Amino acid sequence: MKRFKAFVKKEFLHIFRDSRTMLILVAMPMVQILIFGFVISSEIKNASIAILDKSKDELTQEATQKLLSSGYFRLDKYLKSEQELETAFKRDRVKMTIVFEPGFAKHFYSDKTANVQLITDASDANTARILSNYASMILRDFQQSHNATIPNGNSLINTEVRMFYNENLDGVYMSVPGIMAMILMLVSAMMTSISITKEKEFGSMEVLLISPLKPFQIIIGKVTPYIFMALINTLSILAMGYWVFHVPIKGSLFLLLFEATLFTILALSLGIFISTVAKNQMVAMFMSMFALMLPTILLSGFIFPIENMPFPLRMISNIIPPRWFIIVVKKIMLKGAGIAYVWKETLILMGFIVLFVGLSIKKFKVRVE
Amino acid sequence: MISIKNISKSFEDIQAVKDVSIQIEEGELFGLLGPDGAGKSTLLRMVNSLMIPDEGTIRLWDLDPVKDYKKVRYIIGYMPGKFSLYTDLTIEENLEFFATVFGTTVEENYYLIKDIYQQIEPFKNRRAGKLSGGMKQKLALSCALIHKPKLLVLDEPTTGVDAVSRAEFWEMLQSLKEKGITIIVSTPYMDEAQLCDRVALMQGGEIHACDKPAHIVQQFQYPIRGVKTSNIYKALLDLRTYKSTHNVYPFGEFLHWVSKEQLFNDEEVIIFLKDRGHLNVQVRDIDPDIEDCFIELTQFNEKINA
Amino acid sequence: MHNQSHEINSTEPIIKVDKLVKRFGNFEANKSLCFHVDKGEIFGFLGANGAGKTTAMRILSGLSKPTSGEVWVAGFNVNTHPESIKKNIGYMSQKFSLFEDLTIWENMRFFSAVYSMSKKQFKERGQELLQELGIWEERNRMVHDLSLGWKQKLAFTVAIMHKPAIVFLDEPTSGVDPITRRQFWEMIYEASAEGITVFVTTHYMDEAEYCNRVSIMVDGRIDALDTPENLKKQFNALNMNEVFIKLARPAVNSSQ
Repeated sequence: MKRFKAFVKKEFLHIFRDSRTMLILVAMPMVQILIFGFVISSEIKNASIAILDKSKDELTQEATQKLLSSGYFRLDKYLKSEQELETAFKRDRVKMTIVFEPGFAKHFYSDKTANVQLITDASDANTARILSNYASMILRDFQQSHNATIPNGNSLINTEVRMFYNENLDGVYMSVPGIMAMILMLVSAMMTSISITKEKEFGSMEVLLISPLKPFQIIIGKVTPYIFMALINTLSILAMGYWVFHVPIKGSLFLLLFEATLFTILALSLGIFISTVAKNQMVAMFMSMFALMLPTILLSGFIFPIENMPFPLRMISNIIPPRWFIIVVKKIMLKGAGIAYVWKETLILMGFIVLFVGLSIKKFKVRVE
Repeated sequence: MISIKNISKSFEDIQAVKDVSIQIEEGELFGLLGPDGAGKSTLLRMVNSLMIPDEGTIRLWDLDPVKDYKKVRYIIGYMPGKFSLYTDLTIEENLEFFATVFGTTVEENYYLIKDIYQQIEPFKNRRAGKLSGGMKQKLALSCALIHKPKLLVLDEPTTGVDAVSRAEFWEMLQSLKEKGITIIVSTPYMDEAQLCDRVALMQGGEIHACDKPAHIVQQFQYPIRGVKTSNIYKALLDLRTYKSTHNVYPFGEFLHWVSKEQLFNDEEVIIFLKDRGHLNVQVRDIDPDIEDCFIELTQFNEKINA
Repeated sequence: MHNQSHEINSTEPIIKVDKLVKRFGNFEANKSLCFHVDKGEIFGFLGANGAGKTTAMRILSGLSKPTSGEVWVAGFNVNTHPESIKKNIGYMSQKFSLFEDLTIWENMRFFSAVYSMSKKQFKERGQELLQELGIWEERNRMVHDLSLGWKQKLAFTVAIMHKPAIVFLDEPTSGVDPITRRQFWEMIYEASAEGITVFVTTHYMDEAEYCNRVSIMVDGRIDALDTPENLKKQFNALNMNEVFIKLARPAVNSSQ
């Protein structure tokens, strides 16, 4: 135990004395989440919209007036038919199209329910969400003021939001779990694989091997500081998401941290595995970049929705550990799910840990080649 | 006692160590002499349990580095070829780290490293990366010694180190030897042979001689002379064409000229050189040293590939 | 103790160093060095680790500028014409010699282009040099397949391929076997006989004896400079190793 403590102390000294490592460990998560958050959520003013008014009655014109005078929307054009929708989004770059059903006023007054469709370009998910929210709010306002003018006014304007291009509307909410997966991967897998191969490269691994330290002590000692760093990162990402971008944490924070720790251990075992294969720091770095970071960014559903991927890539995304972690985090944070809803993914993560730890133990050499 | 029997080791197509057998006595200061690529590091790594030989057996007292590697690692102090301490840790931190890792404390075995460590102690808060070559070496040796090993394995500790620090390092080894520690040290510097009890001359994975330095020198079978003229380089080229030359090569201030005939007259050599326009011709009796023996033993060994 | 008793060549020296000072912050790595090197000379540049050799070598080869003082190399001032100096020197060090993943011939072609030799010049000179070494047939071998000794001999060949005025050698024979070390020095003799000045550092004290003159740096100063023979007389020593230790030992210990 004393040996182990000395080892962990040494690892912390390495980390604290290398300003570049400290920068990656501390500053980068903050910067990442700020960049992602701010790029995605920008204040909306004068977003160009199109209107397809199939009713053209007094009520729809009044509603249109109300929407346009709010300051959030700028009318790009009136559409004549549904066929023009596609071009309106693609060529004219409107952010939203508002479709009033035929006989809107009639439905409103006699049937008590009139329908409006809000069709948004959800490839920019955040904007889409905000725009449709604003429009719904304005229409609800409009509905209330009209009900007040008529006796027994309890009619409803039913807004149906439809998303083009990104049906699930994943925006800044989506980026928090993704960033968490990426940062934990980077901190845990890349930094450990580099720090272990560094010892190989400098020759100090030979001295460690020849000491009475057991291989698992060397490995666990190397890895422990990074578990701490990863935990701190998880907390800071959650805190920033919560306070700066108002991403909710609906589920249990404890469960969330448990899953994050599980994922950290998985990433660490991946890092250890890489270090048993890589000869030097550069190889370790490239392996982490290409084998871990790129799939985490591209195939985990972080940036590109998995549903939209071609079949082979969808299959591959199954073996990308962060994919499962992102699902878990989303379920816990956004949907408030408990362990009953994430046990499957949790088991998959554990399975990966067993696999990589096993491979690393098999590959780790008590000798040099 | 260390016994190495018929050890061989290959890497892909290169045979790094070929059928090497050596006995090292307890308390001996044993030198492994040879250039880079001779197979010294590979041999030392097999002794210290970091590598498994393809063939042959090694015994460190009653321990087998292949089977009993865990026990072997308690009794060995090892300094690898590269400077292998943590450059971002201070002198003190490095020493304490290795002491703890080996299950001891700096205080417990301080008496062993005292002479060496005292020289660098005033700088104990300096990071190891900022030390001079000689100081790094002293720190590395202190770290290798801190757990009071029975056997010290040093891989080229003096390479790239200046002559003064080298001389000091050998003095330290001498005093460690007096404390009863068995030491195996490899070096490319032939002049360090005389500081060892026994040496093995290694080249191309093979041991070409293994004995006390004085005995190896006695085995040198040719007469040898130191030759000097006003133009050494021309003298070298001229002597190559001389009838009784076995070998001739530069050696410090003089050329070493090795005769293939046991009986000859120095005068003849002087006349030969004077005839070719050399001035200030000196021919003097010299004793061959280890480097002469090494050259003699390995001269037919030269290959282009590694 | 600057020993200038050595006979002064009638021709202009190829390296002239006058009151060279190099400071890094508070640390004075070179303390007013004064020396010269004659054309065709083999000049040994010795010193303990950290005595300031590398700093001085970097200045002489135009890689860094002196804090003060005048340095002339191959007729050019390092302060004003470092680029001209680089064209007229060759450089080889123990740390990097040749590209491991290129063949012998590819390495030579690359360096010939670096030193703007014409294709014709390169082919002639390259073939001549490799034939002298007896490895013309081996020219398409990868450098990483070669033994250290051959790598170093080739690196030297490449360093003098463009017939530089001076070649700087930084511990060229470190770790090389005794026979190859001597072959290497024969190549140095040969280059020197062709008029190339050789400026060399080494930790092998017997190699110091092969030099025409030797300087020994201690603590940023040149504390001795003369022929090996005179130095041995002056310090009442049997060989250069003794001279070196007598000079450098006090400094090495006090600097710690």
